[in-house]
Amino acid sequence: MNPALNPTPLADETAASTLPLLRVNQLTRLFGHEKGCQDISFDLYPGEVLGLVGESGSGKSTLLSLLSGRTPPDRGSVQYRADHANWLDIYEAGEARRRQLLRTEWGFVEQNPRDGLRMSVSAGANIGERLMAQGARHYGQLRETAIHWLQQVEIDASRVDDPPRAFSGGMQQRLQIARNLVSKPRLVFMDEPTGGLDVSVQARILDLLRSLVRELDLAVILVTHDLAVARLLADRLLVMRRSRVVESGLTDQILDDPQHPYTQLLVSSVLQA
Amino acid sequence: MTNMTTETRFAQSGRESMENTAAEGYNFAYLDEQTKRMIRRGLLKAVAIPGFQVPFGGREMPLPYGWGTGGMQVTAAILAPEDILKVIDQGADDTTNAVSIRAFFERTARVATTTRSGEATIIQTRHRIPETPLKRDQMMVFQVPIPEPLRFIEPSETETATLHALGDYGVMHVKLYEDIVAHGHIATCYAYPVEVNDRYMMDPSPIPRFDNPKLHMSPALMLFGAGREKRLYALPPYTRVVSIDFEDYPFEAQRQDGVCAICGSANTYLDELIVDDRGTRHYVCSDTDYCQEHAGQQGIRA
Repeated sequence: MNPALNPTPLADETAASTLPLLRVNQLTRLFGHEKGCQDISFDLYPGEVLGLVGESGSGKSTLLSLLSGRTPPDRGSVQYRADHANWLDIYEAGEARRRQLLRTEWGFVEQNPRDGLRMSVSAGANIGERLMAQGARHYGQLRETAIHWLQQVEIDASRVDDPPRAFSGGMQQRLQIARNLVSKPRLVFMDEPTGGLDVSVQARILDLLRSLVRELDLAVILVTHDLAVARLLADRLLVMRRSRVVESGLTDQILDDPQHPYTQLLVSSVLQA
Repeated sequence: MTNMTTETRFAQSGRESMENTAAEGYNFAYLDEQTKRMIRRGLLKAVAIPGFQVPFGGREMPLPYGWGTGGMQVTAAILAPEDILKVIDQGADDTTNAVSIRAFFERTARVATTTRSGEATIIQTRHRIPETPLKRDQMMVFQVPIPEPLRFIEPSETETATLHALGDYGVMHVKLYEDIVAHGHIATCYAYPVEVNDRYMMDPSPIPRFDNPKLHMSPALMLFGAGREKRLYALPPYTRVVSIDFEDYPFEAQRQDGVCAICGSANTYLDELIVDDRGTRHYVCSDTDYCQEHAGQQGIRA
């Protein structure tokens, strides 16, 4: 983020937004030769959307689970700025703290909503679960919050008591997004959030995500193999191939003027509609 | 309702007939001493960490899982020759399961048995805590079918163990939330989850939630045994036990619609009986011993 773009910044706001939210250093986890990811380093800033693109098996999802505290790395570190200037190394912090982060300041949107939702309980309970885990003990307020978030993701409030299995695929994905955003996270991980959906539903979810990201000033790390999704949502891209980042930069710059031969291949292989 | 014997019955009386039959060749209270020791070690740990589930090497018992094998192993492990045992099933002393388990210990341990809650030193139960207040020198033994209160929402054992370790119990309220969504009130009426000693979430076995308040600060030691799942847990005397709830839907023990048709009690847990084919309902105390005693006090013959 360039502070010069903001004409009248408050002194401490500038300081906060110029500090990264996440610092990733030499992150490595290998399951075999060039299987997994290695030597990944980058900084993520508040409100920034970072896309991870690359072919199947290039290590995108491995990297995402390392970043989100789900799989410990072989080496390297992930540091998260929990508050103003205190850095937290998420793999030194212990499981209790990691889990607490994942259900408060972080969110994780799975590709398949069935993995991220509790399919047997109502939509309202799905949205309220994070709040209950944080100690919310007032049914009326939980239900009101659930209805508010259903409306935020464009699901009719009357569906609050229906189980997610009664929802269409696109609605399930939107419900999963609401379930994650209810705790007002600062950082959301998304693994192919529009992966299994048809094109018109994809467009609607992308539109929704784009406005929510702006509105809530979310930082997002987004895994996708779809360059159109990356173009629409991501500010910056990391292109992965065979466990390494081969190119990184601003999205438009990478997509319009790819430098690495693999990125050139990737961009040129997109069908022009 | 049958006319039940209420006097304490000593197995001594039936000794001649049993001397050379069932108990022959068996150790005191059926299990061997090393097994009983192992169970007692588990129980000591369970008492030291109230509400925590301790695994134990459950043995095969001569009756099927689900019929009280966990409770029987606990009873066998703590039973002493001078103990007086009471066994209830659904509050009654005269149901098949209660009669069988009582007879089992009469034959294998030759301990005295009773139907009087006040006289028993050990009370083995499946569904109820007696209406008569428990005392300091008594022990309750519960037969537990599913010891894990988080199981309904989390099928993985490693995951539930982690949730317990981290005290991560948010999902418990999801269940209550769903109850209110579906029924307009918290409809869980048995195995109602409790938080023990401000730490562990515990399944109080399938007692009605009517009995939950009796767990809190009970002067009696309460031991729980799950035979199929091979888990022990315990509530030491005078432990804080809180039934979880919502601020706007507070925990409430069930209220009964009627009074006992036999003894007239209005403050006990009642069984509903349909007594004719026009659907006429009667209510009777589920605790048969309390009912008889209460009826006797009022000169009613139960």
